[in-house]
Amino acid sequence: MSNRQDPVWRFLLPSFLFIGVFSLYPIIESFRLSLYRMILTMPWLGAKFVGWENYWDLATDPVARGSFFTSVLFVAVTTPIEVLVGLAMALVLNESFRGRGWLRAIVLIPWAVPTVVSSQMWRFIFNDRYGLFNYLIFGSATQHYWAPLAEPGLALMAIMLADIWKTSSFAGLILLAGLQGIPGELYEAANIDGATTWQKFRHVTLPLLKPALLLALLFRTIDALKVFDLVFVMTQGGPADTTNILQFYGYKKIFAEGMIGYGSAIAVAVFAISLLLSILYLRVSGSGIIRREPAL
Amino acid sequence: MKKLALAGAVFLIGAFTLLPFLWFLLTSWKSAGEITAIPPVMLPSFRWDNYRAAIVEYGLLHYIVNSAVVATATTVLSIFVASLAAFALARFRLHWARYYLMLLLALSMFPQIAIAGPVWRLLSFLGWLNSYHGIVAAYIALSLPFAVWVLTTFFRELPYDIEEAALIDGCTRWQALRLIVLPLAAPGVFTAAILVFIQAWNEFFFALIILTYPALQTLPVGIALFPGEYTMPWGEIAAASTLATLPLVALTLLFQRRIVQGLSAGAVKG
Repeated sequence: MSNRQDPVWRFLLPSFLFIGVFSLYPIIESFRLSLYRMILTMPWLGAKFVGWENYWDLATDPVARGSFFTSVLFVAVTTPIEVLVGLAMALVLNESFRGRGWLRAIVLIPWAVPTVVSSQMWRFIFNDRYGLFNYLIFGSATQHYWAPLAEPGLALMAIMLADIWKTSSFAGLILLAGLQGIPGELYEAANIDGATTWQKFRHVTLPLLKPALLLALLFRTIDALKVFDLVFVMTQGGPADTTNILQFYGYKKIFAEGMIGYGSAIAVAVFAISLLLSILYLRVSGSGIIRREPAL
Repeated sequence: MKKLALAGAVFLIGAFTLLPFLWFLLTSWKSAGEITAIPPVMLPSFRWDNYRAAIVEYGLLHYIVNSAVVATATTVLSIFVASLAAFALARFRLHWARYYLMLLLALSMFPQIAIAGPVWRLLSFLGWLNSYHGIVAAYIALSLPFAVWVLTTFFRELPYDIEEAALIDGCTRWQALRLIVLPLAAPGVFTAAILVFIQAWNEFFFALIILTYPALQTLPVGIALFPGEYTMPWGEIAAASTLATLPLVALTLLFQRRIVQGLSAGAVKG
């Protein structure tokens, strides 16, 4: 329905420009660079085309393998917990009680806090000499105090906790919207049939909440792969690379070590993983997210 | 019994979300001695020294100004560009509109590292590193997918008849967008603007790699790179963090309903 005075391209061109120049081109360029050997600290090497060599190196690099494992573990542990905590929040916020408006506002606070701020906050709580975490566990017995962020097993768990604190409410919001879409008559009918609270939850709420649950899982999974700020502030990938998630490893290779080619291979690998996961989820959820938009 | 369980759950959720941040907030009013005390001092002596030090000694105001400029410019430009695109996607008969929306959805899912290297090289080539326009250009591209999705959703919900009548009367598409769609969709546009602003205010990764001059850095970079080797200046960090968070908490509390609505519009449909 475009008319002569203002053709459609005039409306779309600005967005094409930004997306094309700052999103699409960089992805293609990342892929191109990943086929080269290019190290900024050794400029005399120049940019040498090496084909798939960087990917071969990536597959045999023990740090990259550990990093891949850490990322998978991080996603696998945090996303289900975040969706469960979010579900608890949504179920409570869906009840009517005095102060509900307040609780709804309070729940949004972790979401609104900048990630860098929440990272410093948890780093302070996990401090090895006067952190609240140590006090809650050991009381005043300072000789037992741990440095959780310097303990290989604990550091990742600390980052996971910080992520769960920050992002559960987002999952909660999606689930609350889902809960509010369930017609009240279904519960009335269940009441007439004498269903218990658990039966109502199991046979009415859960099945009808499934799309929202899948959506929350999808968004949390994709976001969990993007974690960067927490690692940068709390551990810098340490101790002993145990929190060195893929996105941070790629950052370190490209921006700290200047290994453009190898770092780009890591970037492309992260990209491929999140692409695969997105497609997988969209298949599982029957791509309802896309289909929902009207054809006009 | 049920009431008791509900009260317990309300308390638990409130404590889990509020207490850690409250602890950090209280830290910002403590003296150095109170911060390192064991057992911990619950109530601080409410001094403003940390705020003064953060502003005077660590130059916090610079970071606040940079963040305000970058986030505001990003919001205005991104919403402008996104409104144009969303109008076209919602109102023109484009058979490929859904593919463009899917591409945007896909782009919004990718980790920033996928594009960080080339974006840095491109900005470096243009001489745009360490500049407001460099970081804003990158931020617009980052925020467009979300903004276009939300605005397309809002625009499609508007009735078409007024616009149709105006078009028949000889009004151009551009006038229809400016005089009819934007005013009618103002609440939705405002919601999208708040969310883009919050996103831009909080962004860290690109700010870290693009802004390396302290004079140009934004709050997240300033707070993440707070100087301190063996003894961290926790009081000052907490004060700076509080000041960085305050505008966002205020926005969230003021526009709670809109934010939830915008997030679910963006989440359910994109």
